[in-house]
Amino acid sequence: MSEVSVTKDAGGPEPATDKLVVLDNINKHFGALHVLQDIDLTIARGEVVVVIGPSGSGKSTLCRTINRLETVDSGSITIDDKPLPEEGRELAKLRADVGMVFQSFNLFAHKTVLENVTLGQTKVRRTDKQTAEQKGRALLDRVGVGNQADKYPAQLSGGQQQRVAIARALAMDPKVMLFDEPTSALDPEMINEVLEVMQQLARDGMTMVVVTHEMGFARSAANRVVFMADGRIVEEATPEQFFSNPRSDRAKDFLSKILHH
Amino acid sequence: MNVLLDNLALFREGFLGTLWLTVVSALLAVVLGLLIAGFRVSPVPPLRIFGTLWVNVLRNTPLTLLFLVAFFVVPKVLFPGVDSFVLAVCACGFYTSSFVAEAVRSGINTVPMGQAEAARAIGMTFTQTMRIVVLPQATRSVIPPLSSIFIALTKNTAVAGAFDNVDLFNIQKTLSNDGYDIAVIFIWITLGYLVITYAINGLFRLLEKGLEVAR
Repeated sequence: MSEVSVTKDAGGPEPATDKLVVLDNINKHFGALHVLQDIDLTIARGEVVVVIGPSGSGKSTLCRTINRLETVDSGSITIDDKPLPEEGRELAKLRADVGMVFQSFNLFAHKTVLENVTLGQTKVRRTDKQTAEQKGRALLDRVGVGNQADKYPAQLSGGQQQRVAIARALAMDPKVMLFDEPTSALDPEMINEVLEVMQQLARDGMTMVVVTHEMGFARSAANRVVFMADGRIVEEATPEQFFSNPRSDRAKDFLSKILHH
Repeated sequence: MNVLLDNLALFREGFLGTLWLTVVSALLAVVLGLLIAGFRVSPVPPLRIFGTLWVNVLRNTPLTLLFLVAFFVVPKVLFPGVDSFVLAVCACGFYTSSFVAEAVRSGINTVPMGQAEAARAIGMTFTQTMRIVVLPQATRSVIPPLSSIFIALTKNTAVAGAFDNVDLFNIQKTLSNDGYDIAVIFIWITLGYLVITYAINGLFRLLEKGLEVAR
């Protein structure tokens, strides 16, 4: 896990291909609220970055700006050396390369589980139906819901729905996966089945940005922890460093509150 | 009581006239309404402005005024010699499209935001997101208001009868000029309208039932 270097504060210039996602001086306001303040963040290929912080700190918003579900007021975002285009066909094309998993699953309610996983392949990638279904079924097996393929999302448990959502994102062969609090809407007993899938994904070398409150996951799967508070990145460190020896008072305060129970 | 039997051919012509006007105007209204509703929720500001203008201008103009424009301004200024049926369909269709657009938009608003976000996140374009994910889920809640709108449309086509289109309303004038009892004429005319409006009623009830199963 530690063979991927922490890019922030790293010495010499790295080869450009290693930087998959680069956020440069991002600012965003919601009305008077300055939700993202001068955010700089670089995510290397194959890196797993976990973003944590108190609610309202802007971490979800940050995650959503990476595929432009939220627009930014200033600053630049590049993915694989391509700057995020304006709304339109180009942006749609780029979004297909960025997987996204939502807190509330957002599976297409009127489509079966299998259709959820094949829809993007056939409509966006223009894969033929048979190939898409084969791949869809393989992915559903991989996340452990292969036997639910013909059901509708509402017939599945939360944990199963979220695993289908992960499969749906993976079906697009994304370069990077964004997870926006993927376990926050789940019953406690279902959190682990989702985390296990994510952990496996991390081991397989997927580039991941994970906004979560699961400190266990941050500890075991992250290459780097980004701590946000009040719209700023307060601290970036390896999980070992961050959890055992946080530098900022804000992080110490946050950790003392959540690690006590 | 021989009004109907003596003038069966005329009644038939009038009934079909109303039916035909209603069906063609309804089709035009649905196509335009879907398009305008799409404009109103699109990410492109000029389209949103166009959609809002379309709805507000057409919805707030009396239908008779639209007919006056369609029959006395459009042929003089833009397209001379257009068939009166086409003009009537345009007036009724455009007018009704503004109501359809709002019904569709209210349906779109019932679909959770996350559905559209998920569709965009896997790389669907705006049109695909609407067509494949949002509109199919909006249909169910659009059906009841649409049935009211089309019943209103059926009755609105009577205005076309006053503008030289042969329909149920129009033959009423012919028949009363022929000296038949006005009360009896009205009964048969009303029945003609009821047949169409009840058919719409039943059709939409079937649609609603059908959609209930599909999820």
